[in-house]
Amino acid sequence: MTTPILTLTIDGRPVSGLATETVLQVAGENGIAIPTLCFLDGLSATGACRLCMVEIEGSAKLHPACVTPIQEGMVVTTQSERLRSYRRAIVQLLFAERNHVCAVCVSNGHCELQDLARELGIDHIDFPGRYPALAVDASHSRFVLDHNRCVLCTRCVRVCAEIEGAHTWDVKNRGIRSQIVADLDTPWGTSTTCTGCGKCVHVCPTGALSEKGRSVAEMQKKRPALPYLVANRAEERR
Amino acid sequence: MPVNESTAPPADDTRWQLIDRVMQRLDRRPDALIETLHAAQDAFGYLDSTTLAHIASRLRLPPAKVFGVVTFYNHFRLKPKGEHTLAVCTGTACHLKGNDKMLAWMRDRYHLAPGDTSPDNRLSLVEVRCVGACALAPVFLPDGALVGKKSFGEATAIIEEWLGDAP
Amino acid sequence: MRREELAARAAEHQRRLDGFAHHILVCAGLGCPDNEAIVVALRRAVAERQMENRVLVRKAGCMGLCALGPIVLIQPGEIAYQTVRPDDAAAIVASLGQEPVQRLLLPSDLPFFARQHKNVLALSGRIDPESIDDYLAAGGYGALLTVLTGMRPVDVVRSIQESGLRGRGGAGYPTGLKWATVAKATGDRKYLICNGDEGDPGAFMDRSILESTPHAVLEGMIIAAYAVGASQGYIYVRAEYPLAVKRLRLAIREAERSNLLGRAICGSGFDLTLQIRLGAGAFVCGEETALIESVEGRRGIPRPRPPYPAEKGLWGCPTLINNVETYANIPPIVRNGAAWFAALGTDRSKGTKVFALTGKIRHTGLVEVPMGMSLREIIFDIGGGIPDGHALKAVQTGGPSGGCIPADFLDTPVSYESLHELGSIMGSGGMIVIDETSSMIDVVRYFMEFCMEESCGKCVPCRAGTAQIHRLLTRFQERRATAADLAMLESLCDLVKHASLCGLGQSAPNPVLSTLRYFRQEYLDRMVPAEPDGEVQP
Repeated sequence: MTTPILTLTIDGRPVSGLATETVLQVAGENGIAIPTLCFLDGLSATGACRLCMVEIEGSAKLHPACVTPIQEGMVVTTQSERLRSYRRAIVQLLFAERNHVCAVCVSNGHCELQDLARELGIDHIDFPGRYPALAVDASHSRFVLDHNRCVLCTRCVRVCAEIEGAHTWDVKNRGIRSQIVADLDTPWGTSTTCTGCGKCVHVCPTGALSEKGRSVAEMQKKRPALPYLVANRAEERR
Repeated sequence: MPVNESTAPPADDTRWQLIDRVMQRLDRRPDALIETLHAAQDAFGYLDSTTLAHIASRLRLPPAKVFGVVTFYNHFRLKPKGEHTLAVCTGTACHLKGNDKMLAWMRDRYHLAPGDTSPDNRLSLVEVRCVGACALAPVFLPDGALVGKKSFGEATAIIEEWLGDAP
Repeated sequence: MRREELAARAAEHQRRLDGFAHHILVCAGLGCPDNEAIVVALRRAVAERQMENRVLVRKAGCMGLCALGPIVLIQPGEIAYQTVRPDDAAAIVASLGQEPVQRLLLPSDLPFFARQHKNVLALSGRIDPESIDDYLAAGGYGALLTVLTGMRPVDVVRSIQESGLRGRGGAGYPTGLKWATVAKATGDRKYLICNGDEGDPGAFMDRSILESTPHAVLEGMIIAAYAVGASQGYIYVRAEYPLAVKRLRLAIREAERSNLLGRAICGSGFDLTLQIRLGAGAFVCGEETALIESVEGRRGIPRPRPPYPAEKGLWGCPTLINNVETYANIPPIVRNGAAWFAALGTDRSKGTKVFALTGKIRHTGLVEVPMGMSLREIIFDIGGGIPDGHALKAVQTGGPSGGCIPADFLDTPVSYESLHELGSIMGSGGMIVIDETSSMIDVVRYFMEFCMEESCGKCVPCRAGTAQIHRLLTRFQERRATAADLAMLESLCDLVKHASLCGLGQSAPNPVLSTLRYFRQEYLDRMVPAEPDGEVQP
């Protein structure tokens, strides 16, 4: 049985997509950009950052585009005053949550958090910085994890669990005290599960995960072709 | 996750037999984790990395996942408790009836914040939210025994006496 | 065990009970300390007078008036004694059949008891929670038999729909509709979950129901499983409720032994196994999808909805999740009929509701009233009003997800709609009375601290937003907030309310929003003029 094709409207434009697709996917296929951070094509969608929230006619609530399946006749609005103000607030909350000092960061100029700030016209942060005392784990021979720059998008957790299969990373604690953790909270360098593949480094949107030997602004991420990897692995299983 | 020698628990430890039974009862499936952690903490008093490594290995779970679960929930402890434990309920009714003052007093008198154990290992202070005995607010539990409806003066006197510190 | 066998067993037990001239029931819940010592003392006093074949002493469930507990109930005669201690045992036993012990006597017309409408709590305090025979003799499992012998699953669903029952865990979602959705869902396996993760601080309705009448919850679950087609169920109970867990375990074992759980229940073709799963201290696990994650052995992180659990829940299968009190309502609805339930309450909030009355109120405890009773009646008539000459300032309903209702609205009839209109919610039933000695800022900051600490951390608005809101509320508490702080507070509340992933975040701002609406002056009174430009204070 073939998947039905549905038609809907996004930002006034009629578009179509497969019934199995999400609003984000169909928007992307039609050149309509919706800001995202936790989403990465090839990894499971988690709906965590709330940047991709869109308005849907007939619904009083906002909906995260990355996990909302399209429906026939749906009328979606991806840009509005309200959505913009929420997105600006979310990005500012992230900047204020931990210690993001672009001027001394390896990812300066190549950072998704910076790109979002620029897109949303953020030039200062209204919220006071929390300045938590967070560590840097440089125990691995090739990579560094700097918790100060982490936005808890969990892409590293997902790519390691879903694609590499090692599940070296997870999240410890809860709420504002959440932190990325390796194995039983061991230094990354002594992890018994890490295969050193480096995928986590290259899916990380900020300078939280980087390669050793990079100086300021020198860390440019090379996104692994995750959908390709996913498809290959699926084929092998057959 | 390889089951290697170093993660196998001592064969003669009966507490591990109990924990193993819990895992077996649930077919050693991933969803057995939380029940297993409860059993292990009841047996050992807390969950150290050796215990967690054993459990991860037995249930064939990634250690990071196990650690994430242990630290998510209030109930699980990574460090042993002191000889005595004072649990102070910080539910709404207990807060309104003065347990915030009780915690401030514990900080001033014994230099303990919730989650701390005294350096001499004599006393651990924990907060619970909530015990469910709201009609008896304010509630505190010295070593698990429920005490309710006491005034601040009465409560602090009871605690000092319990710890052998009567002024 | 067939209907006839169960009826015979119940009748036999009732005969045995009727053989005693006097019954002494002792409240044996968490809220009545020393109750075990009281039972022991009473039994000894009975033995000393050689009255063992005339007087039966039993432990019973919660009788509700926790402020004056431990309570002891004497039948016949409905004689209730308050604040009983073990050394009152001799006096109590000596008074049987004579003048009651005056110094311990609770007036029989006390509005606390007279004005309630017991439904879910009807058997609480009147039967031994650890005896299935007590429950059977009181008519227990009769509803289940009616269902299994004379109703199709679709008939049961329709009955619940017609009753108008709404989820008692807080959301108030129409129960019948939820059952219908799960019943219609396709899949070869369906699950049933009882949400016993009563996390609202100040609420203990579910603890009490589980400790006092565990079989009523089981019966409701078995009927529900039959109606929706589930054959495996889980009862998720907070680890902080060990007595409830113990009584549930015992009840499940007894039900299994009596063929009321397991394979071919009561000789029908219907199977159901129930397992208890312990929580481990996480308020967010009261949220349905987070609870499911926890049962699956994971961190209690909520999932985006849709898909809803009714369609894709536990292990991706259609799952029915209902609250303890919701399940406890099912046997009475089946026994008395949907119309009976629908005749109680208001037109969109049917039936009765159990409330935990705590805070600055004389008669703290557990009460059950019909929906539509006014807050004034509940607090002043049943609750006995505010003690020590203080005045009511606000009523807090719905826990950390709810709001604070000022005295002006005391005549509001309690219902899902009316409380929502006032900026609060019904919630699970916690009703906390606040008097003029409390600062609303302090109350609200307390709730925000709770939400901040219990936030799962997945979504940015809740994780980081509650922390910033808490910091702002601290500035108000310390009397150094500015107008900019007030503006930031309001805009953050809007963000967290509308952009958070789950109910925890979405309702975390409610206490703040309701106090900004009704107690705005308290915020304004704690503001200072802004610092001159150039000086940035953290």
